[in-house]
Amino acid sequence: MAYWEPIRELGEEPLIQPGSKLREVTHDIASVSETAAPRGWWICFLIASSFTGVFALCVAYLFYRGVGVWGNSSPVYWAWDITNFVWWVGIGHAGTLISAILFIFRQRWRTAINRFAEAMTIFAVICALIFPGIHVGRPWLLYYVFPIPNQMTLWPNFKSPLLWDVFAVGTYFTVSLLFWYTGLIPDLATLRDRSLTKWRQRIYGFFALGWRGSNRHWQHYERAYLILAAISTPLVLSVHSVVSMDFATSVIPGWHTTIFPPYFVAGAIFSGFAMVETVLLIARSVFNLKRVVMMRHLELMNKFLLLTSLLVGYAYAMEFFMAWYSGNQYEMAHFLKNRPTGPYWWAWLWMVIPNCVVPQLYWFKRFRTSIPVMFVISILINIGMWFERFVIIVSSLNRDFLPSSWGIFRPTIIDVGVFVGTIGVFFTLFLLFMRWLPMVSMTEVKGTMPQADPHRHSEDEGAHDPVKIVDEEPSGAGDLVPEGAE
Amino acid sequence: METRARKTRRTPSVILAEFKSAHEVLHAAEKVHEAGYVRWDAHTPFPVHGMDKAMGLKDSRLGWIVLAFALTGLSGAFVMMHWMNGVDYPTIVGDKPAGAPGTLPSMVPILFELTILLSAFGAVLGMFALNRLPQHHHPLFSSDRFRLASDDRFFISIEADDPKFDLDATRTFLEGAHAHTVEVIEEDAS
Repeated sequence: MAYWEPIRELGEEPLIQPGSKLREVTHDIASVSETAAPRGWWICFLIASSFTGVFALCVAYLFYRGVGVWGNSSPVYWAWDITNFVWWVGIGHAGTLISAILFIFRQRWRTAINRFAEAMTIFAVICALIFPGIHVGRPWLLYYVFPIPNQMTLWPNFKSPLLWDVFAVGTYFTVSLLFWYTGLIPDLATLRDRSLTKWRQRIYGFFALGWRGSNRHWQHYERAYLILAAISTPLVLSVHSVVSMDFATSVIPGWHTTIFPPYFVAGAIFSGFAMVETVLLIARSVFNLKRVVMMRHLELMNKFLLLTSLLVGYAYAMEFFMAWYSGNQYEMAHFLKNRPTGPYWWAWLWMVIPNCVVPQLYWFKRFRTSIPVMFVISILINIGMWFERFVIIVSSLNRDFLPSSWGIFRPTIIDVGVFVGTIGVFFTLFLLFMRWLPMVSMTEVKGTMPQADPHRHSEDEGAHDPVKIVDEEPSGAGDLVPEGAE
Repeated sequence: METRARKTRRTPSVILAEFKSAHEVLHAAEKVHEAGYVRWDAHTPFPVHGMDKAMGLKDSRLGWIVLAFALTGLSGAFVMMHWMNGVDYPTIVGDKPAGAPGTLPSMVPILFELTILLSAFGAVLGMFALNRLPQHHHPLFSSDRFRLASDDRFFISIEADDPKFDLDATRTFLEGAHAHTVEVIEEDAS
């Protein structure tokens, strides 16, 4: 029961450049880690690791002086720290969405992007988890959030949404990591089998766990993958729902709304897809993966972005409508006055225009299939989604019930440094991943190719075809046993 | 074929047949299954559609393992939250009850998350246990051709301790099943 089935049916379009051979797929993807890194990789890596250095310096200063080095002050005690946390967790949603939900729905085009998106999830969630870790003020007491015995004989309060968040994001990270690693095992075996040096063979071999493509193994493996996909589907929907409850269970106008869980999930998927696209476009050109990541995949992603943009736009509109419909003066003052015309009106425009207006270009095929257009739009969406969280958090807090306690939040250079630094951390990890691990699932891509169809006759496989005799020389393997020898 | 007298005697442990397409390996697997071999396997770079049936494999039992893990996660989460906030140190926040049943609604997110967490561990660790992984040493890894099993070739291996195994007969049998190459892998006899 291959869950990624070969292309066979009439009218189905190939998911990989027609005429590609299995070996070419292996070679295209595996050779990235076997050859010297292209210059583009080094340029990106140097920039990314410099920002990682900025991050380390800013966090060191933060730990030395305390959270006062940020702009947070009365009444805005949650600002960029939580904005960044929610933004990164949101970006982390596309990975599991692509690997789990699209898997369950048999959207086989996902094979070109799922490994990528899963890696992105893991690195984005690492960046997200940094913020709750550093914003507590006394990071050495962070273990209070875990239910472990401590000197005060106190347990965490399980009624608090903040604690639900610890479990939701922690579970999400762990399950994403397991899912990613499970998918990697057969591909790590490929790298092990192709390795020419002892150390490569040992390191990849260690993590490949002795995988030998056995069908008795594939059987349990595929079942494990299906179960992981099935349990990750509700998980991915739950994580941002729980994050949204940090806000929705409070009484602040702008936060206290029941639409938050689905609204946050839609926004998370929207921003996650945009980030996958940004990174994918860079990798596609740096590593020349046009054979595997086709325009068709990119166009499908753009359609998905259009859909989620409409969902997000609907949620924005519904917030406004409910503020007016409720008749609550605080809600109306917040949504109808403070957000569009208050001190953060420009942030509100940055939220609405990139998220709801710009993606409407994707109604036209010309824009859906233009690489420069989709690159710019994917970055604009990420900026827009950051501003969405900024608007929700800061502009809700800066004007609460009493005008006497109103105030303005101004970020400091350390706020900027920490945030930009996490982008550096993310890309550093991502570039290392692209360099050393197969960034497209070779196994799954091969499984969708016509050659994977066992009912297809092998005439164009090279087996009986003298024209394809060049195919005889296996690459990567050492001395070959002559035919029929023992 | 020959068993020369060396310091360490080598005996055949696995016979390995190579095929060039999913189509060929599937048909060969059907033949091996019909011939009544039991200790044998197919090795493919990706799961081949219909291979489980061709090999006559029973359905995976992994789901039951995951169910056990899921129930452990669910009940463990409930016991933890009720005992910590309701029994050991009753925590009253917002005039809400300290333990179950009053706190059940607020327990839902963590009950759910820990069920999922334990299920995921059950799926991955259960899969490793059923497959006996990690297993870094295996006779097949001494074959150079077998390296292509993770690239674009398809293999069938029949182990020497299969009751029907006979070196010459099995090799002829595999060659008759349109194997591209057939290789005997030897192991030091203990």
